[in-house]
Amino acid sequence: MAERQYDWATIAQNPKFLELTHKKTAFLFGWWIFSTAYYFLLPIGAAYAPGLFKIKIIGVINFGYVFALSQFFVSWALALYYAHVANKDFDRLTRELIDELHL
Amino acid sequence: MTFKKIIIAASLTLSIAAAAFAEEPTKASTAPGSTPAVAAPAAQGAPALSAATDQTTAPAVAPPLAKKRELKANKVVTLSMFAVIIGITMAVVVWAAKQTKTAADFYAAGGGITGTQNGWAIAGDYMSAASFLGISGLISLYGYDGFMYSVGWLVAYITVLLIVAEPCRNAGKYTLGDILSFRTNPKPVRAFAAISTVAVSTFYLTAQMVGAGKLMALLVGVPYKTAIVGVGILMVGYVVFGGMTATTWVQIIKAGLLMSGAFLLSVLVLAKAGFNPIYFFDMIVHSPDIQDHVSKLVLRDGVILNGIDAGQRFLEPGLFMKSPLDQISLGMALVLGTAGMPHILMRFFTVPTAQAARKSVIIAMFIIGFFYVLTTLLGFGAAINLTPQGIISVDPGGNMATLMLAQQLGADIAPIMGDLFLAFLCSVAFATILAVVSGLVLAASAAIAHDIWVNVVKDGHADQHEQVMAARITSLVVGVVGIIIGLMAEKANVAHLVALAFAVASSGNLPVVVLSLFWRKFNTAGVISGLVVGTVASIGLVMVSPNMTYPKIVAAGAKKVVVAMEKKQAALPAGVLLDEKDAKALAKAKVDELKDGTSMMGLDKPLFGLKNPGILSIPLGFIAAILGCLMFPNKRSEEMFDEVYVRQNTGLGMAKAVEH
Repeated sequence: MAERQYDWATIAQNPKFLELTHKKTAFLFGWWIFSTAYYFLLPIGAAYAPGLFKIKIIGVINFGYVFALSQFFVSWALALYYAHVANKDFDRLTRELIDELHL
Repeated sequence: MTFKKIIIAASLTLSIAAAAFAEEPTKASTAPGSTPAVAAPAAQGAPALSAATDQTTAPAVAPPLAKKRELKANKVVTLSMFAVIIGITMAVVVWAAKQTKTAADFYAAGGGITGTQNGWAIAGDYMSAASFLGISGLISLYGYDGFMYSVGWLVAYITVLLIVAEPCRNAGKYTLGDILSFRTNPKPVRAFAAISTVAVSTFYLTAQMVGAGKLMALLVGVPYKTAIVGVGILMVGYVVFGGMTATTWVQIIKAGLLMSGAFLLSVLVLAKAGFNPIYFFDMIVHSPDIQDHVSKLVLRDGVILNGIDAGQRFLEPGLFMKSPLDQISLGMALVLGTAGMPHILMRFFTVPTAQAARKSVIIAMFIIGFFYVLTTLLGFGAAINLTPQGIISVDPGGNMATLMLAQQLGADIAPIMGDLFLAFLCSVAFATILAVVSGLVLAASAAIAHDIWVNVVKDGHADQHEQVMAARITSLVVGVVGIIIGLMAEKANVAHLVALAFAVASSGNLPVVVLSLFWRKFNTAGVISGLVVGTVASIGLVMVSPNMTYPKIVAAGAKKVVVAMEKKQAALPAGVLLDEKDAKALAKAKVDELKDGTSMMGLDKPLFGLKNPGILSIPLGFIAAILGCLMFPNKRSEEMFDEVYVRQNTGLGMAKAVEH
């Protein structure tokens, strides 16, 4: 099983690679922080802003319920958005990088 | 050689610690029919029980309507459905065993699982009986808080998706140790990674096994020990013969069964409300039984609520979760711990590419999220159709709510349907248990066989045949140990073990995984100090937390009950005795009153006030990992970062993991 040797340090300096990792890092950590913050608003809000959670929105359904339910939709939306960006940008950049390296 | 001894000593200590945890006597599960382990979707499951059984000081939950219910599955129908599941999964095992020839086959199904299949398997691996029965039970008794609790279990997958899934697929091979040892000194790192994997899996496995035994005993009347041995034999059979391929398919089948059961039942629940969600919520608020239940719940906090206000209160937070900090701490352990769970990480090595890993997480997120939304319907539906009082009369923790609901809604169509539907859901629970425990046994065995045996003891020099043999033998041993722990822990309070597993995964594993993948300076010293401090801090904090039993506190609580009951007795006209329930409570309190001594750790009262250590142990894990690596810088690790970083981002050089 002869394994192909790569010059990792050179690839790491490749402008395409730098572009890929900069874009990825900003996207991933940025959205991770957003989703985590959004999630923790739920227990924090339930504990410290019960008045807000009690406000009725539709019939007897209150803000708290809608907010908790929104967590599911926000997570799903973020997952789909990430898939979209990753398929469109990150995978394309990776392919271009690999082509450029003639691998 | 000394190194081997250290590992053996450490593993021994850990297993003893796990056993000691399990030995901790239960404080709340003396009530008949209570099933603490299943109530344990995590720490919050424990209070569900103690709220109902411990707080005898406020005997408020006495069902006023005294709707005594019975839940007994039809043994013949249920056991034949179990037999069908066993038959199908065994056929899968036979098929999988033929395909399992190399180590890659055994640990990673040869990388031949598609993204969609893996998504279902992740969902099947993750949703335990505790999610299935415990969370809907929480909702049926405490309304909104149960729903809020379920959210964290889905949001956790954002971390998995964005931070760990693809890099781990690109940089890893079979285990946590593979990811961590890439640019570090492999032997010690693998050894510590294996110990932490085994610790997490053992805690989780113990909780699952005990829950399985109790559930089977309660549902089909199989004795606890028989149930444990039966589940254990099946789990060992799946893993030893079929490895990852069989485990994956058992998980996929289970996820399919679970989703169809939950979906069918939800349709029946919604049909009762004319498929109108607004009317559904109106039914909750206007149910006199729910109103009465809530009035009594809030009365404990000295709040008086009646009628429709009490019904509305069921949809508002705070009936169950009284400690926001504990809640946040648990949330942190979930959000970061899921991404550090060895049996979840391992699933990403079964797909061929990072794209497939991505797709599998997204599919899993839709399945898991949809399931929790359905769980809300089931929980509220149970509260409406069975009344909280009726649910409590079968199980104080509410774990039987979903099953009772199936029986009732089925019987509303035709009496035989009740039995059939209940039997179906019992077999879903059965399949659920099998799928989760198999995943855990596989993860623990991979750590021992691949990391410790092949790479530490044998220096990586083992041919495929030997590797597969080692993996099979280890799985057998791990499974047998799991059965023994399950048998020993019958009377133990295992409710906190799931939370503990998540705490260790989030404080020990996650920081070092993230730093290994993203931080240039990270090295051997950092991995070891992070793993050790994170793991020890989580376990240590739980051992001095309110999860343990403190005899002096129990005695103090009992004293209050005695005083209250004697007052009640004095207030009664002469010659009238306390009713049966109060008399029982008094008798129990009189025994407890005399309790003295200290907790396992020799404490009179908890040193650490939270049941979930995450809020403190996660930062400790990160700080230890960072400090450890800054104190002992390593040039080689820094130089090799380029390779790790290029690999994890691009997947270059990954072919190695799917060699075929």
